[in-house]
Amino acid sequence: MTNSERNRLKDKAFQVFGIFCTFIGLVVLGIFLIDIIIEGSRRLDWDFLTSLPSRRASRAGILTAWVGTLWILVLTTLIALPLGVAAGLYLEEYGRKGRWANFLEINIANLAGVPSIIYGLLGLEIFVRQMRLGSSLLAGALTLSLLILPIIIVTTREAIKAVPRSIRDGSYALGASKWQTVWNQVLPASFGSILTGIILALSRAVGETAPLIVIGALAYVPFTPSSPLDEFTVLPIQIFNWTSRPQAAFLENAAAAIIALLVITFLLNGIAVYLRNRQQRKIKW
Amino acid sequence: MRVSEKIIEGLLWLSAVITVLVTIGIIWVLLSESIGFFRQVSIVEFLTEKEWTPLFANKKFGIMPLVAGTLLTTLIAIAVALPLGLTIAIYLNEYAHARMRQIVKPLLEVLATIPTVVYGFFALTVVTPFLQQIIPGMAGFNALSAGIVMGIMIIPMISSLSEDAISSVPRSLREAAYGMGSTRLQTSFGVMVPAASSGIIVSVILAISRAVGETMIVAIAAGQQPRLTMNPLVPIETITTYIVQVSMGDVPQGSLEYKTIFAAGITLFIFTFALNNLSFWIKKKYQEKYD
Repeated sequence: MTNSERNRLKDKAFQVFGIFCTFIGLVVLGIFLIDIIIEGSRRLDWDFLTSLPSRRASRAGILTAWVGTLWILVLTTLIALPLGVAAGLYLEEYGRKGRWANFLEINIANLAGVPSIIYGLLGLEIFVRQMRLGSSLLAGALTLSLLILPIIIVTTREAIKAVPRSIRDGSYALGASKWQTVWNQVLPASFGSILTGIILALSRAVGETAPLIVIGALAYVPFTPSSPLDEFTVLPIQIFNWTSRPQAAFLENAAAAIIALLVITFLLNGIAVYLRNRQQRKIKW
Repeated sequence: MRVSEKIIEGLLWLSAVITVLVTIGIIWVLLSESIGFFRQVSIVEFLTEKEWTPLFANKKFGIMPLVAGTLLTTLIAIAVALPLGLTIAIYLNEYAHARMRQIVKPLLEVLATIPTVVYGFFALTVVTPFLQQIIPGMAGFNALSAGIVMGIMIIPMISSLSEDAISSVPRSLREAAYGMGSTRLQTSFGVMVPAASSGIIVSVILAISRAVGETMIVAIAAGQQPRLTMNPLVPIETITTYIVQVSMGDVPQGSLEYKTIFAAGITLFIFTFALNNLSFWIKKKYQEKYD
């Protein structure tokens, strides 16, 4: 075998290895989803979605968990959306470049890398204890809002950056003030991309378990919350609780709850991808 | 008009400043509770004692077993994710057709969107029973299956960041390599990977940081037994799992046991903070070489 033949063979071999590596992750994902669906679909019915938690696996449901997840989703959006977009606007449109802007940027990058469980410790001390909110929905939503704030800020900045200078200049030329320009031109032009980022951030928040465990969200809450100050549980915590029990019947419940959680996460991600594609097709500066 | 503009700017400024307050809050919370902890437990014991038993009658406060558990699961995760992720990045960039790239990339991203508690379930109910058939005597809770599943989870992180790094290498370098008669493999490992090495290193550091802070997979599948070992087949406990374990129980506020989670938390925070800033530093120092 000549040298060049050997090299070509190695090249082919790596190509096969590359295909193998690329698909092994996807195959594992596929096996996993099929396993969950087979195991969970036996339990997933109307009763399961509308029953309260119970000590007996066959009677337990996820009503309190998914209602809690919806509450968290809405409250987190209400808190994190205005805060994150405002901070992104400030950094991109108002903040002067300099040491302070640099510091803010590094700080946000650092916050994005802080493990979620540390946010749980922050929420436990500040919201649950100092602000005396207890292990309430509001404390949970505030904690998760801080967790996803860096993601929202970064995506907002990128969306605003993509709006061309000429749009702003046009607005100023017509006599608009800075805020009028931002509110009437920059925000509407970048809103699609901002929304995509926010939905992706929310899908992250929906799946978070650790920070909510740390602030004391319970696995067993025998009622659906009716105000932001009520105690709560969410789907991931319910799944964790059922997974940690030895009985096989609870594992089946966990699988069924996972289907419900994955439907929510995939739905949010699907919406985000759809919005992004539509946005990319619509706007041509 | 002028006044309302100023008020709005002030409100926007305030929102940006909140991010600084969050950082201050994290550091203050971790420090203030840890200081209380270190008044009762010497820092020498914390760093050198080989056992961690704060919840038992005979209390010992050595963080090393928890750190060892964290490093072990992280090491396994990176051993899985680095070769796979880097190969995928090279394959998609240098070998695959554009069509295939368009289909495969979003599918791989799905791996990153699945909640970690779901991965934990997968590790415990699918991967562990499977590995137990191959490795007899493996415990039901172990670092190996938690680490492998964590590795699968961070594949997209390494593959997409490395791919960005490789694709930002100027075309001329690749063309020069082909012009010399290199195969795609020689071009990849002789030219592209070295040229993109800083970006690839950044992706690995961020992946390590992510794995160190990962909680639910290890809390479900790796066990709750702090143990100073590098044996991947026995139950261990990571820093994050310990915090979850205490949070689930009835530990009274203000007690020494309660403060241990903040001491564990600050240890974790120091690790991830150092790793993240190392990655920023490398990015800043080396990445603009080709611009």
